[in-house]
Amino acid sequence: MNDNLFIVVFAAAIYYGTPLVFAALGEILAERSGVINLGVEGMMLLGAVGACWVATSIDGPAGVVLPIAVVAAMLFAAAGALIHAFLTITLRVNQIISGLALTIFAGVAGVSSYLAGLWDLGQAPVANQFGKMDLLGWGDLPVLGPILFNQTLLTYLSWLLVVLTSIYIFRTRWGLQLRAVGESPQTADSVGVAVQRSRYLHVLAGGAFAGIAGACFSLSILPTWQNGMTLGQGWIALALVIFGFWRPDLMLVGAYLFGGLSSLRYTLQARGVEIPQLFLDSLPYVMTIVVLVVVSNSAARRQLGAPAALGKPYEREER
Amino acid sequence: MSETSAVGAVTANAVTALGVTKRFPGVVANEDVTFEVRVGEVHALLGENGAGKTTLSNILTGLYRPDEGHLLLAGRETIFESPKAAIDAGIGMVHQHFRLIPTFTVTENIILGTQPPSRRFLIDVKSAEDRIVELAEQFAMPVDPRARIWQLSVGEQQRVEILKVLYRDAQVLIMDEPTAVLTPPEAESLVTTLRSMARQGRSVIFISHKLGEVASIAERITVLRDGKSVATVEAAGSSRESLAELMVGREVTSVIRQGGGALPGAATVLSVDSLSALGDRGRPALTDVSLQVKAGEILGIAGVAGNGQRELVEVLAGLRPRTRGSIDIDGEAMERTDARYPIRMGVAYVPQDRLGTGLAPDLSIAENLILKRYRRPPISRAPFLRPSVIASEADRLMTQFDVRAPSADTPTRRLSGGNVQKVLLAREMSGAPKVLVVSSPTQGLDVGAVATVHQLLLDAAAKGVGVLLVSEDLDEVMALSDRIAVMYEGKILACIEASEADISRIGMLMGGADLNEGQGS
Repeated sequence: MNDNLFIVVFAAAIYYGTPLVFAALGEILAERSGVINLGVEGMMLLGAVGACWVATSIDGPAGVVLPIAVVAAMLFAAAGALIHAFLTITLRVNQIISGLALTIFAGVAGVSSYLAGLWDLGQAPVANQFGKMDLLGWGDLPVLGPILFNQTLLTYLSWLLVVLTSIYIFRTRWGLQLRAVGESPQTADSVGVAVQRSRYLHVLAGGAFAGIAGACFSLSILPTWQNGMTLGQGWIALALVIFGFWRPDLMLVGAYLFGGLSSLRYTLQARGVEIPQLFLDSLPYVMTIVVLVVVSNSAARRQLGAPAALGKPYEREER
Repeated sequence: MSETSAVGAVTANAVTALGVTKRFPGVVANEDVTFEVRVGEVHALLGENGAGKTTLSNILTGLYRPDEGHLLLAGRETIFESPKAAIDAGIGMVHQHFRLIPTFTVTENIILGTQPPSRRFLIDVKSAEDRIVELAEQFAMPVDPRARIWQLSVGEQQRVEILKVLYRDAQVLIMDEPTAVLTPPEAESLVTTLRSMARQGRSVIFISHKLGEVASIAERITVLRDGKSVATVEAAGSSRESLAELMVGREVTSVIRQGGGALPGAATVLSVDSLSALGDRGRPALTDVSLQVKAGEILGIAGVAGNGQRELVEVLAGLRPRTRGSIDIDGEAMERTDARYPIRMGVAYVPQDRLGTGLAPDLSIAENLILKRYRRPPISRAPFLRPSVIASEADRLMTQFDVRAPSADTPTRRLSGGNVQKVLLAREMSGAPKVLVVSSPTQGLDVGAVATVHQLLLDAAAKGVGVLLVSEDLDEVMALSDRIAVMYEGKILACIEASEADISRIGMLMGGADLNEGQGS
């Protein structure tokens, strides 16, 4: 039984950590280019509503509907990211303010809830869902099988993206340019790297990833629509970027830790173990405060090894 | 002026500028600039600040497009659409402020923006490193390709910048004030590198405002004044004086310290004993610094920027806490750390950042002049300021210090660098100080203003003020000081009488060479 509990807790940690992985991975890309996007929570909700809409309104086999729903989630969230990109990169608005505005704009009392009302979502669970599956055929391995290889397709996708993103950032020419843009846009510009383009692309990519994170909720975890269904996980994702020192691999560990914490309420309480509900409920808000303190304090950012130009608009020096 | 025929010159030259003109709203930055750089030549562009050197280099590197005139590269007319186009055309620039990313390795910095050797999509770091090492050997610039930039000295960082340009196979290298950040030995090795590049058929454009170095490094010198190219001369046949005259457009007399110094029996006005302090990042920036300045004496502090000079002056001005040690002003211990306390004890302070830290840029000249005295009569009668006194005081000081401005109500940010410095010195001297701490007082000033500021410092000393002169300009320190202390890594390595100081010994000390070792060899 103990062994069983162990497996349940770990499998749940990965399951509930998956949206965090997507969201934080996207934010790593954006922040590596020098743009903080505090709109993650809002973008996740946009992704969730987009995915839910497609899954509710299109009939068909899961193999057709679900990919379309995920792509819709990516596009919805990227549209939100585009607003942030335009404001912060082109108009050079303060990134903190613009990101907060995006979360409010797209969030619980905003566009995502409006669209859900308009499309009458949330009446019933979506017909096509991402269920757990043994994709690689390793589900029978002792201990590891049920933990790692009995997950949803989204989880397998998140692993693939973590690996590819790591390679992209640290081993390719484009990754080198991305890091340069985030460290010193002046330097990057002086050797012919297109700074603004790089920032736009990575903020949009970050939005698309946050969209998949939203889809995790509306296509798998809940799986229907509920206003504000992401429950502040976007803020935890932002904190994970910091705790992971802007590295996908370290972030993954943190994501599963927090995923485990969020899942405890289901797994432990189901077994009659009392944990203070207040603690779990307050977690996203505590994380919000941590994130805001760190990102708005440039000295703290530097000490943690944040990209040096994080939060700073870039303007070519001319007279 | 060179008189080679345009057509003949064009075929042989690496770069030719013909009548290049660039206007900005209200300013003509470059007007009819003409010069040519031969293949395999080190060519200097000499001019004061504001003479148009920066605009010209921005045109050469594709940041600006000229409004008129032609730019020929290896004989072919060229218009750069962007900085990238200039890089692709084989023009490389080493900026005065390096464009390097501190957290990146040497290799990463060099290959950034290029198409690096790759396998599939992954960068082949090893072959990039090999190529860099090969280049470094070819031009005698040893550097570890795996080191991170923040681990390197300034001289090494400059090598990385040069390698960056060479890696892109630039045929023309533009260097903007390259020796400003180097110790004399480092500057010498830079010259060796530049010469070897020229020998291997590349051309170097060397931008500077320093007469002496230009004459010794370049083969030919084009002098810019007020945005125009006034002459191109052979370095071999030109004297400092003639170059200075071309640069300024009139004869220039430079100020040299003669006689002066502390009188016998003069009181020690500034005495610093075993002073230590932390830098901005919380690491020790000053270690056990001791020095004395007598009334009427100028003590020069030489050193490469970033060796604790800034921290030293900030501690003296009460802007930075010390961790240990004592400071005595005219025999009285300075006990507290706050900015007001040193002012009251008679410490005047002219910071390096004269317009930001020294003055309030948006306040008028008159207001800035009373910033340290407004709390007491006669400037104020508590709690009110007295405008008539302030105005007459401003008039008096502006006349005495020859501040040229439309009126005393002009905001200081609209003044030229020289006048800003005069306002600042006027304010500091008006408090009848015992000690004057000045930091890089002539950085960025034109030749005329430099002479004025130097004279003001000598005047201050003549009045019996003890002057602590901190400057990265070694010539300035040598010309003005009675004694010279050399700082390296937060310590004072040696304190030498000016009469016994020679530039090579000070240069060694600036690079951290141990004094005893220096004497032994």
